[in-house]
Amino acid sequence: MKLTLDIWRQKSANAEGKMVSYEVDDISPDMSFLEMLDVLNERLLEKGEDSVAFDHDCREGICGMCSLMINGMPHGPERATTTCQLHMRKFHDGQRITIEPWRASSFPVVKDLAVDRSAFDRIVQKGGFISANTGNAPDANAIPIPKKDADIAMDAAACIGCGACVAVCKNSSAMLFVAAKASHFGHLPQGQPERYERVIKMVEQADAEGFGSCSNTYDCEAACPKEISVRHIARLNRDYLRASLFGE
Amino acid sequence: MNLDSKIPSGPLAEKWTKHKFDMKLVNPANKRKYTIIVVGTGLAGASAAATLAELGYKVLAFTYHDSPRRAHSIAAQGGINAAKNYQNDGDSVYRLFYDTVKGGDFRSREANVHRLAEVSANIIDQCVAQGVPFAREYGGYLSNRSFGGAQVSRTFYARGQTGQQLLLGTYAQLSKMTSNGGVTLFNRKEMLDLVLVNGHARGIVTRDLITGKVESFAGDAVLLCTGGYSNVFYLSTNAKACNVTAAYRAYKHGAGFANPCYTQIHPTCIPVSGDHQSKLTLMSESLRNDGRIWAPKKAGDQRSPDQIPENERDYYLERKYPSFGNLSPRDIASRSAKEACDSGHGVGPGGRGVYLDFADAIKRLGQKVIEERYGNLFEMYERITGENPYRVPMRIYPAPHYTMGGLWVDYNLMSNVPGLHVLGEANFSDHGANRLGASALMQGLADGYFVIPYTLGHYLATSGQGKVSADAPEFKQAEQEASERINKLMNIRGKRTPTSFHRELGLLMWHKCGMARNEKGLQEALDKIPAIREEFWKNLFIPGSGSEFNQSLELAGRVADFLEFAEVLCTDALHRNESCGGHFREEYQTADGEAKRNDADFTYAAVWEYAGEGKRPVLNKEPLQFDNVSLSVRSYK
Repeated sequence: MKLTLDIWRQKSANAEGKMVSYEVDDISPDMSFLEMLDVLNERLLEKGEDSVAFDHDCREGICGMCSLMINGMPHGPERATTTCQLHMRKFHDGQRITIEPWRASSFPVVKDLAVDRSAFDRIVQKGGFISANTGNAPDANAIPIPKKDADIAMDAAACIGCGACVAVCKNSSAMLFVAAKASHFGHLPQGQPERYERVIKMVEQADAEGFGSCSNTYDCEAACPKEISVRHIARLNRDYLRASLFGE
Repeated sequence: MNLDSKIPSGPLAEKWTKHKFDMKLVNPANKRKYTIIVVGTGLAGASAAATLAELGYKVLAFTYHDSPRRAHSIAAQGGINAAKNYQNDGDSVYRLFYDTVKGGDFRSREANVHRLAEVSANIIDQCVAQGVPFAREYGGYLSNRSFGGAQVSRTFYARGQTGQQLLLGTYAQLSKMTSNGGVTLFNRKEMLDLVLVNGHARGIVTRDLITGKVESFAGDAVLLCTGGYSNVFYLSTNAKACNVTAAYRAYKHGAGFANPCYTQIHPTCIPVSGDHQSKLTLMSESLRNDGRIWAPKKAGDQRSPDQIPENERDYYLERKYPSFGNLSPRDIASRSAKEACDSGHGVGPGGRGVYLDFADAIKRLGQKVIEERYGNLFEMYERITGENPYRVPMRIYPAPHYTMGGLWVDYNLMSNVPGLHVLGEANFSDHGANRLGASALMQGLADGYFVIPYTLGHYLATSGQGKVSADAPEFKQAEQEASERINKLMNIRGKRTPTSFHRELGLLMWHKCGMARNEKGLQEALDKIPAIREEFWKNLFIPGSGSEFNQSLELAGRVADFLEFAEVLCTDALHRNESCGGHFREEYQTADGEAKRNDADFTYAAVWEYAGEGKRPVLNKEPLQFDNVSLSVRSYK
């Protein structure tokens, strides 16, 4: 395959960026999208030019490190697929592909396509945990958890923290990310003691980081590589309202 | 080299309890006076950092990722073992201990393994308390499945994402301790060197991956939780950034590197599709609960799998190992796949693959059940290969996956460098020559949650070392050396990329020191590695500068260390004149191709000592003593 890539190049956080076009040929349809970028980078380096910086690590769709807006879609056109699991057979010969970093001011660009997502860590640090010090735990089977609840908790816990939900949102809202964490713990008996405090604190921190509000367009669910449902946002809103009204 | 394993006296089952009482404690008010440096935030690192902070220590935690949640523990799919015996099927602490020692081909320490089995049950309790959403039965109780090398169901799991859920559990605990000030977290900072003061490990030198700033941090002890070295093979199931640098730097400062030749090749990975391949993807071993592995009976059979009738298929694991069948341990399953392909029975491009077939399971259980058990794995397979495994059998081939070898540690998880502790995959302690499935997660969390919080206190209470600051000359010198090394890499200004060297080394290692090894091949590798290294230091190209975000520079530093470490690995593989676990020497096999151990000469951990630039490492031995299990031929027939 032969492709034309329009890629966002930006030397550092404070430098001005611009789109640069590259032609790449000899691309195999069996390559992953990142392997296609590897090929481009190896060729750039062989010419003595700087390679395109992008974040990646596990390359099996679970670490959440890879990102990229591909033709305007986070993680590209395939549903439920991270960029590292997207393969070139989903594109056609001669295609022009636009590649940009996540678009959100709370995720500032580090270099080229790599961004800083530490805002997510700070949200989790405010309340995305159950305070259970090591050694406190009762026997694991002491508290039965209905399979249905455990399954919903697992659905929510599948979030990989990649930030696609923020990148796609016109408000750059982190609501799906916050809701997934809150809903994961909120569905488990172990998560009840801190349930409402957790919601208030995480939402406050998301606001402080500059993420926008949710206006229910559900783009986040469509863009999420793990298909986290917006139902979790409804639960988050319910818990938030209850906590705000009744001071729980 | 002092290799006192410090195994407590007394009966096996009482050693840990006795040791916990015998160790010195640090009084709660004094704990905050100690600073502990934790490098790596995977299961071992994050659990250790969080737990030590809960106890009151001041913890500095470092990761080269943008967030601790990215660590490669996250990619473990299948599960975590624990001797809970919830299934009432005959499991016990002793059985988990025995299975692990046997699975490790009798090359691990009895006392360490028994402790691991003892605390395994606490791990599950702890994780459930943190909100890890393990799979459950309709009654609300925890569900289990079976894994290779065991005849009981003791594996706890969270769909095919167990590693992710356990890591997010430790990440949550780490985050909690970060918000209350117990842990100071440093993202995107890579450890470049270890700093010793007065012979004790007292700090590290790091490079900030965004600004390029080289700086150092001082503390009272250093914990390396930096994972394994499978990426020495370039193509492995490890994440791209996984590397040996932290462990190798410690080795160069005198820490012993134990059993580097014990590398695990995982039997069920997606085969290589072409030269562009950047990494390999594992398909969880749990698939072997329901999938049947086979190859065509006729060599070179090109028919599509649905055209090959039942009686022309060789379900070779079921045939050769009837009692364990498709759930034979990893080393055995991998070698059998290689054997099938080497003899021309392989399938797919280049004949490097065998089938993992679910047709029978789908017929027996229905597609819905299979979907529920393995849905996400099937989807992943289809995304990568473009084939639907509900209709066409999966093609699989072995790939480097885990390394049992690592820095030598005593019973307290301390290396022979005082103060330097090593946890998780980075140490060598529990898996012997082969790790059983679902035991890596168990060991990482055991080390971090339930071992180091006890043993570290004992070191601090007895080490008698004063305070040091990062302004001490040892730190300044280490910083300067790290900077000089970066400059040296930057100034080569040659033609070749770091990746091209990594690929070249990896290919050599895979062919000469991979699934099967022999003396001639290892000698060849040992001859060729220095040549690649020489070319690297003459002809490497890195763009830009050292004082910016520079992914080529990061990679070059890691490849430089792999290029030295590979020699240690091959040296170990060459010296171990036996086959055991993941180390298969072709010269040492039985008539039917099984690994042949040499207990008389090799019942020891080989601990390699750095001898200086350009010198062969020096061999030290820690004899392994088996008082409870008798060494036997490991049979899964």
